[in-house]
Amino acid sequence: MLGRTANGLYWMFRYIERAENSARLIDAGLRMALTRSGATEGDWDGVLQSAGVRELYDEVHETLTSIDAIDFLLRDRANPSSVMSCIEAGRHNARMVRTALTRETWEATNECYLEMKAMLSKKARPTDMPEIIDTIKRRAGLIRGAFHGTMLRNEIFNFSRIGTFIERADNTARILDVKYYVLLPAVAAVGSSMDNVQWESILRSVSAHRAYGWVYDAELKPANIADFLISNGRMPRSLAYCYEKIASNLGYLEREYGERHEAHETAERTLAALRSRSITDIMDQGLHEYLEDFISQNNRLGQEISDGYRFN
Amino acid sequence: MVKNKGTTPLAFDEMMNADSSPRQPYSTYHEWYASQDRNRLITKSKDAENIFRKTGITFAVYGHADSSEKLIPFDLIPRIISGREWRKLAQGIEQRVIALNAFLDDIYHKQEIIRAGRVPRELIEKNVAFLPQMIGFRPPGGVYTHIVGTDIVRTGEDQFYVLEDNARTPSGVSYMLENRETMMQMFPELFHQNRVRPVENYPYLLRQSLASLAPPGCSGKPRVAVLTPGIYNSAYYEHAFLADMMGVELVEGSDLRVIDGKVKMRTTRGYEAIDVLYRRVDDDFLDPLTFRPESALGVPGIMDVYRAGNITIANAPGTGISDDKAIYSYMPEIVEFYTGRKPLLENVPTWRCSEPQSLKYVLEHLEELVVKEVHGSGGYGMLVGPTASKKERALFAEKLKARPTNYIAQPTLSLSTVPILVNKGIAPRHVDLRPYVLVSDKVQIIPGGLTRVALKAGSLVVNSSQGGGTKDTWVLED
Repeated sequence: MLGRTANGLYWMFRYIERAENSARLIDAGLRMALTRSGATEGDWDGVLQSAGVRELYDEVHETLTSIDAIDFLLRDRANPSSVMSCIEAGRHNARMVRTALTRETWEATNECYLEMKAMLSKKARPTDMPEIIDTIKRRAGLIRGAFHGTMLRNEIFNFSRIGTFIERADNTARILDVKYYVLLPAVAAVGSSMDNVQWESILRSVSAHRAYGWVYDAELKPANIADFLISNGRMPRSLAYCYEKIASNLGYLEREYGERHEAHETAERTLAALRSRSITDIMDQGLHEYLEDFISQNNRLGQEISDGYRFN
Repeated sequence: MVKNKGTTPLAFDEMMNADSSPRQPYSTYHEWYASQDRNRLITKSKDAENIFRKTGITFAVYGHADSSEKLIPFDLIPRIISGREWRKLAQGIEQRVIALNAFLDDIYHKQEIIRAGRVPRELIEKNVAFLPQMIGFRPPGGVYTHIVGTDIVRTGEDQFYVLEDNARTPSGVSYMLENRETMMQMFPELFHQNRVRPVENYPYLLRQSLASLAPPGCSGKPRVAVLTPGIYNSAYYEHAFLADMMGVELVEGSDLRVIDGKVKMRTTRGYEAIDVLYRRVDDDFLDPLTFRPESALGVPGIMDVYRAGNITIANAPGTGISDDKAIYSYMPEIVEFYTGRKPLLENVPTWRCSEPQSLKYVLEHLEELVVKEVHGSGGYGMLVGPTASKKERALFAEKLKARPTNYIAQPTLSLSTVPILVNKGIAPRHVDLRPYVLVSDKVQIIPGGLTRVALKAGSLVVNSSQGGGTKDTWVLED
C-alpha cells in the first residue's frame, strides 16, 4: 500500500473523529447553558478551550458570545476543527484514498459531506441546533457502520483505526486537561452544585454521562470521573481503551509486514503505564502534568507512525 | 455540407424517421418508451442524478468560480447503434488506429512519410507535440497509443466522419461504464428486451492490455499503476475509478522516485517497482529533468528509465504529434500511406489556416465555419461561426490573423440528433460519439463508447466543460 494512501486513511478518520468531537463539545455547551440560568459566555470559553481553538477564536471575533462560539465551532472555515472544516477535510482525504475504500464507506462519507454542506450553508438558528447535532451524529454513525460492515480487516483497516484512536485519545485528554482543576481534591471538597454541573459537562463532552452511572455510583466523584476517562479499558473514549486499540492495530501491521518501528515501543509503553498506574497515583503526582505529558507523547506517536510507514 | 443556424430541422435523427416511425435499431426501445409514464421517467431522471452525486461522479471545470465539482448531466434515453453500423465503424477505426501507430513509429525513426513528401517536414519538426527524446526509441511491443478515443460524428444514414483522433490521454471512459451501470440499475427490463453488447469488461481488458506490454526485463506478474495529477484534476474521479476497477495503485508524482534504474513507488513497506504506468499526466509534466523543470506532477528521471527499457509508459510520450488538428488534416494521406488502402472512415474537410489561400477563405466564410486551435481541446478557444455574434467573429478574426498557424477551420457539420428527455416529452439534440480503443498485439474496440449530447436546442457544442451531457451508448447484437 502506498505511504500516501496510509496517510490519507489516517487523516480521513482523524478528521471524522474530530468532527464528531466538535459536535459533542457544542452539545455539552448547549446543555450547560440550559442547566443554568443567566450568563453562559464563561462556559463557551471552556468549550473553545477543550476544542483547542480559544486563541483562534479571538483572532476572528472581538467578543465572546454563545452565538459566535457555536458558529465558530460548527461551520467557520477559519477554524480547522469546526465540524464543517473537519467533514470537508475528511471527505477530501477520502477522495484521495478512494481506491482503498469500499463503495459503501465512500458513499457514506460523501453523503455526510453533501448533507452537512447543505445544512450548514448559513448560520444556524438556536432552534435548529438539536437537529444539526443529531444529523452529525447520525451521519458519523453511518460512516462508522459502513466502515465496520464492509471493509476488509487488513492494513487499510489498521491505518484507519489508528487515526481514529490517536485523535480520540487527544480529544479526551484535552477535555480533561481544560477542566482538570474542577477535579482537584481541594476544589472538589466544596462539593457545590456548580461542581456537579462542571463534572456532568465533562462526561457529556465524551457522551459518557449515562455510562458513568452504570459503572460507578450515580454520585459524581472527581476521582471516578478521572478513572473512567483515563484508565477504564471498557469506556470507548478513555485513554486506556484508545491505546489498547492503537497497540493492537500496530500489532497487526507488525505481523503482516514483519517489521517493527519506534511507534510500537511508544504505544506499548504508554499502554503498559495506563494499565499499571492507579488514578490516585496519577492525581497525587499532578493531573495537569500527567495530561500535558500524555498529549505531547500522543503527538509524538503520530509522528513516529508517519515516519515508520513512510506517510510522506 | 449542410449549413446550419439555430435549430436544425435538416439534421439526421437517429431515433425517428421523417415519417415519425422509429428507425430500425430503436424499434424495440421506442415501443417500450411509448408505454412509459412520463412522470415516472422524470422521477427516474432525478434518481439517476442522485446516484451520480452520491457516488461522486464529478468533474472539475477549470476557471469556474463556484468550487470545483460539477455533475455531467446524464440523459436516460440511450443512443442505439445497430450491429451493422458498428461493424463498419469498427473497421474504419481499427484501420485508423493501426495507421496512427505506424505513423508514430515512422516519425520517430526513418520519417519515410516526410521523405515521400506526403507530410511537410516543418509540420512535424516544429510541432510542440513532437518529442526529440523519442527519436530512435521504440516502446515495448512497438505500441505508442495504448488507449485511443476516436471522436466520430454522423450526418446521415451512412455518413460518419472522424472528428478527432485522441491519441494522448483520452478521458470519459468512466462515464461510459457508469452510464451503463446506471441504466441497468434503473431499467433492467430494457436489457432483457434488447440485445446490448457489454462494455463492463473494459477495466479488465485495459489491465490485460497494459500488462501484456510490460518491458521485456519484467519478470513475474507486471505491476501496473495509474498516474494522476491529483485530486484537483478535472478527471480525477476517472483516474481513481479506473485504478479501483483494475485493482492497481493510483499514484501521484510525489509517490514515485527513480531508484536503481527503476521507477518505484513509496509504500508503507518501502519502495516497490512499477512495470507499466498508465499515466494521465501530459507529456510536458511527465519528467521535470526532460520537460518542464517546474513540474511537480511527474517523476524526475522517468524518461531515462523509459529509454533504458525498464518501464512502459502508456500512452507513449510524444503521441500528440499524431492527433493535433493540423496533422489531422493529413490523416487520409497517412492512412493510405501505411495501410495501402483508402480510409474507410472519412475526415471532415479541413482548412489549414497556415496556408494563405485557406486563411483567406476562412476569414471570408467565418459565419459558416468552426475554427479550432491546433492544440486545443475540451471545446476551449474555439469559434462556432453560425452561432457566434458578429462581435465574437470579428474578435476571433483578429486572433486568426495574428497567429494563423495556430488554427484550422472546418465546415459546420449538421451533427445527427438523438432525443433527450425534456419536461414536455422528448426533443432532438446533437450528439457525437467517442468509442474507446485498446492497442496491444491486437486492436480491441469496446462496442459502445461515450455519447456526448448538447443539451441546448440547436447547439453543436457537446463538451462537458461547455454544458454538454452524456448518454448510454448501445451497440446491438445483430
